[in-house]
Amino acid sequence: MSLIHIEGLHARIEEKEILRGLTLDVKPGEVHAIMGPNGSGKSTLASVLAGREDYEVTGGSVTFNGKDLLEMPAEERAREGLFLAFQYPVEIPGVSNMNFLKAAVGEMRKHKGLEPLPAKDFLKLVKEKAALVELQDHLANRAVNEGFSGGEKKRNEIFQMAMLEPSLGILDETDSGLDIDALRIVANGVNALRSPERSFIVITHYQRLLDYIVPDFVHVLYKGRIVKSGTKELALELEERGYDWIKEEAEANA
Amino acid sequence: MMWLKENHECTNESLSKFDELDFPTTRDEDWKYTRVARIANEEWKVASDAANIDTKAFEIDGLDAYTLVFVDGKFSSGSSRMPAEQGIHVSQETVLTSERETYEHFFQAIADAACTDIINVLVEKNTIATKGIHIIHVSTQAQSLAQPHIRLIAMSGANIHCVESFVCTSEIKAFTNRTLKITVEENAHVHWDKIQLESDANFLMNEDNVHIASNGNFTINTLTIDGGWVRNALNISLDGQNIEANLNGFYMPRRKQFIDNHTRVDHRKPHCNSNELYKGVLNDQSTGVFNGKVYVQIDAQKTNAFQSCANILLSDDSTMNTKPELEIYADDVKCSHGTTTGQLDEEALFYLKSRGLGEANARRLLTSAFIGDVISKITHDAVRVYVIDQLTQRELLFA
Repeated sequence: MSLIHIEGLHARIEEKEILRGLTLDVKPGEVHAIMGPNGSGKSTLASVLAGREDYEVTGGSVTFNGKDLLEMPAEERAREGLFLAFQYPVEIPGVSNMNFLKAAVGEMRKHKGLEPLPAKDFLKLVKEKAALVELQDHLANRAVNEGFSGGEKKRNEIFQMAMLEPSLGILDETDSGLDIDALRIVANGVNALRSPERSFIVITHYQRLLDYIVPDFVHVLYKGRIVKSGTKELALELEERGYDWIKEEAEANA
Repeated sequence: MMWLKENHECTNESLSKFDELDFPTTRDEDWKYTRVARIANEEWKVASDAANIDTKAFEIDGLDAYTLVFVDGKFSSGSSRMPAEQGIHVSQETVLTSERETYEHFFQAIADAACTDIINVLVEKNTIATKGIHIIHVSTQAQSLAQPHIRLIAMSGANIHCVESFVCTSEIKAFTNRTLKITVEENAHVHWDKIQLESDANFLMNEDNVHIASNGNFTINTLTIDGGWVRNALNISLDGQNIEANLNGFYMPRRKQFIDNHTRVDHRKPHCNSNELYKGVLNDQSTGVFNGKVYVQIDAQKTNAFQSCANILLSDDSTMNTKPELEIYADDVKCSHGTTTGQLDEEALFYLKSRGLGEANARRLLTSAFIGDVISKITHDAVRVYVIDQLTQRELLFA
């Protein structure tokens, strides 16, 4: 039984078609890496799955946990267990990380029919999860992403993911702009969240991240479609040979 | 203005002085966005006597204060808890001797002509009040015209905190036109928290005239939480050196509410600081107005005058009109002014929704963050908690 099944997804933004029949199947516990040259539609895929309204879906379907994902507004998708770690997390001055997370965790629990978490337990959870990405206490008390460095922002994304315990984590170029130390910390955080019930779609431009977050499957996205799939060896091959041979193959088959 | 002639009770000025004046129209620059026809066309009546009422519902938990209660504009000593400490004197007058030479507009004229009551509060030299004074204006009768005058004199070195609430017992059409004069003498400290909680049917005109002498410190927080039609005219004259004046406010009109803040800060001497911070969140079909005037006279060197008014429109039909005005005649000063009107950040909204927060909650979280800095200016804990509670009850703040 798939966790998420994407079938022939077509999507566009402002009259420009970006996804042109993307098909992908992810089972619980699997880690799928999505790679591809710039403009192939990687971030569009993440945005469409998360429910950004600027994108219009013009064809295809997405089934998540047996339900029609495209019918749900963004907040419902999150409550169903979908989490997007943004490529460029926005800063929200005046809104504390704590308040925001408390609200988010509250919504999640309400959706699952659970009682709200008592304050003491919530704080304990925060401490535990913040440690996974070596995020200091004081950052948890600050305004969301305000004044955070690039690395801290990415770690904050993984921290939030740890707090919300989604069944599907979509990492949108989480490694971009990170130095090797930050990369290691982020990867450790993600690895600590791996479980047979949780899946990841790791969108990345560089193979390096996949040394740390070892994928079960690697797919290459080109011109809005998955043109090649393989195992982690494919990532190494791309690293060595670049994308040209993929592009040629894809054009030949078109 | 038949009702004016009928209700003219306590002035020793001849009514003929007011004959030439009329209500301002939208052709008057200061009233360009403020429609007064709804007030001018009503029949208002002054209450005959001050009823005794129980003000518990309007008091503030944890605020240990004296209360001065006005019922439909009439001072009710029976409902009040008069100051009973050394150095604070409250007196009542029945006949108004107007201090104005000219009237800028009709609201001032009728406030004097048909003044409903006059209360004077004097805080003696070097008196540090142990308890604050909570002035409660309660509107209880339909068509009532409440025009109280309040004067506060804080003598040299005195220190006093006042809270002023405007409330009503039910949603009834009433008009309150309240005139306040505050004199902050040398080195005195006055902190004024004004909380407006009337209904959509109420009309409220407030004129606050504040004179501050050297080394004086004055802060006023104008918090408009509810009210059908509200105009706050705040005039502050910094008439000495080394004065600090802080004007903060927020307004969150909904439905068809109208809220207008007109401020005027006059720097007359050197080395004074004034800070103005107003924030507005407008929803539904509400309208807001902000006009902040700052004058820096030629002798007022080394003035620091900062003004900021930021607004968020939550709906397509809400409107905000803002106009900062800075008139600077001295040449060695630091002044700034800025007004903005915009919408909630879509990116931030999506980010919150992507974490499971619903639209309403996400908006509330962002607007709470937006007015957070004004709320933190309410330094008295009990008052701040009360204001937060009033906002939360109306679902204006993120709980």
